Amino acid sequence: MEILVCVKRVPDTSENEIELNGAGNDIDRDDLVYSVNEWDNYAVEEALQIVDKVGGSVTVISVGDDESEEVLRREMAMGADKGILLSDDAFENVDGRGIATILKAAVEKGNYDLIFTGAQADDGAAQVGGMLAAMLDVPFASLVNTIEVNGDKLKIGREIEGGNQEMYEISLPCVLSIQTGINEPRYVGIRGIRKVASVEIPTLGAADLGLDAAAVGASAARVQRTDYFLPEMGDGAEILEGSTEEIIDKLVELLKAKGGLK
Amino acid sequence: MAQVFAYILHKDGVVDDTALELAAAAKKIDAGATPNAIVVGAGDALDGVCNDMAASYGEVWKVANDALTYPDAEIVRKLLANILPADSIVLFAHEHLGMDLAPGLSVKLDAAFVPDVVDIEGADGSTLKLVRQEFGGAVSAHVTCDASQGAVMTIRPGVFAADESKSAGGQVVDKSADAGDFAATRKFLEIVEAEAGDVDITKSEVLVSCGRGIEDEENLEIAFDLAKAMGADVSCSRPIVDAKWLPKARQVGTSGQTVKPKVYLACGISGSFQHMGGIKGNPFIVAINKNAKAPIFQVADVGIVTDMLDFLPELTEKIEEL
Ligand SMILES: Cc1cc2nc3c(=O)[nH]c(=O)nc-3n(C[C@H](O)[C@H](O)[C@H](O)COP(=O)(O)OP(=O)(O)OC[C@H]3O[C@@H](n4cnc5c(N)ncnc54)[C@H](O)[C@@H]3O)c2cc1C
Repeated sequence: MEILVCVKRVPDTSENEIELNGAGNDIDRDDLVYSVNEWDNYAVEEALQIVDKVGGSVTVISVGDDESEEVLRREMAMGADKGILLSDDAFENVDGRGIATILKAAVEKGNYDLIFTGAQADDGAAQVGGMLAAMLDVPFASLVNTIEVNGDKLKIGREIEGGNQEMYEISLPCVLSIQTGINEPRYVGIRGIRKVASVEIPTLGAADLGLDAAAVGASAARVQRTDYFLPEMGDGAEILEGSTEEIIDKLVELLKAKGGLK
Repeated sequence: MAQVFAYILHKDGVVDDTALELAAAAKKIDAGATPNAIVVGAGDALDGVCNDMAASYGEVWKVANDALTYPDAEIVRKLLANILPADSIVLFAHEHLGMDLAPGLSVKLDAAFVPDVVDIEGADGSTLKLVRQEFGGAVSAHVTCDASQGAVMTIRPGVFAADESKSAGGQVVDKSADAGDFAATRKFLEIVEAEAGDVDITKSEVLVSCGRGIEDEENLEIAFDLAKAMGADVSCSRPIVDAKWLPKARQVGTSGQTVKPKVYLACGISGSFQHMGGIKGNPFIVAINKNAKAPIFQVADVGIVTDMLDFLPELTEKIEEL
């Protein structure tokens, strides 16, 4: 089974407090710590586990700048066989559809049976997998949280409301977007990263992919973010202040009054 | 302005809450226009759903077919691509069906796509001015969408107040014959119901809920100690279940349990909409979080900016002394 996993380098929300910059129109990008999108780690782990069972290879791919190489290397340290970086000045500020278009061109240069994306990334959009499948005209399922390989078909589970699961049979090739919790992604140590430090990662640009820069680039993006801002909020929470003891006393009184202590 | 269509979620003849929220969202795109609804399904209950929706939408496009008994997004996407007029604006709820169906539909319609819209500021010609959130709700973003070739959007459940006016006086239009070929590309097998857990948090009056801020599986003890002192149960956010530290039955949220406690202590939880979507009945929410800017403080009643790992044991001790 040849599996392609699409991954993204994102600001790590557990390492950073995402805040607005001084001008209030963008997030503060100084000293941001980046890592691989949480969902993508589960996707790579799932691909590795499938290949362990049925054979094949795992390729990780990312649309990004040079720095995205570091997340490709991290996923290769987990065990992915190959990495491909899709990078070009023309790819800057593309919209979700642009990303899917670029990935489609790369998919068509390979011979993949199965393509994974994370269910969503830092922008919470959850769009690239479904668009990519539609462009490739192959079946799609989102929020996948179990996969069982049966020959050229998969039995998959999709997460729906209330912890319930929707089960489908889906044929290959297909695109699946992977939900967190599907597995327990393996730990990557410094040793693992060092092992793949010098593996070459090919970079493909618009021309290599046979893409017209004007057709995929920012100018073609029909959806554009114009700025970041903090919305005006209602009253918000009453923040309890004082020494820990004072705070606890106030909280205990409130809990008593609201029926929080039995 | 293009025609606006809303895809109506319904189950066993009952229309989902989002149906009237989408009607409200549609009016924010174009206050003067009457949006249309699309209702697909099978069986006797379908007409009731369509008639309900005719009170709120101008035209209700009904597609009835036994193949639609269970709404498989892959099938529904195909039939929508067959019946929708070019350049339409199509709204879905941002939940599991919308996420499965809508991105691919935008490609098939060659329309723009905007996911998880939380506000609509209006339209300037065919450019829609929208608001989204990023980074788990830490910041919002203004987004423009060129809808000149149509647009598909998913709308976050619960952000638009349902349009209860029911004054559309609409009509049901049967489009079943126009739906064309919509053969399945995947085969629906069954729904596997969630396993019941050791406690039923949907019945709990008081919940001590832990998020990623608990940091380590061993630290869960401090939450259980506090819960014991308070006479509460322990629930959690999704990452705690993903890490297999607590069973799925204790997860609060859209993909977990819907709880209705009197008091909810959110400890080390950022306040994502998927988490908050599982908290109903307007409980008294106390947020304990070390980040003063965490979105949870916008929705909580009372907030404490502190390290929960130090604070919870002290609170437990005090309550035990009472
Ligand atoms: C389709 C879908 C369905 C989902 N369904 C659900 C669902 O049902 N339920 C759910 O919960 N999530 C769900 N999620 C995930 C959701 O989007 C969030 O990722 C998740 O809720 C975040 O959990 P959290 O708040 O615990 O973690 P984070 O967002 O990482 O927040 C951790 C918080 O802890 C604080 N913190 C860290 N350390 C400490 C400390 N020592 N003391 C005090 N505070 C601390 C941080 O400041 C931060 O605010 C779903 C996602 C998707 C895509």
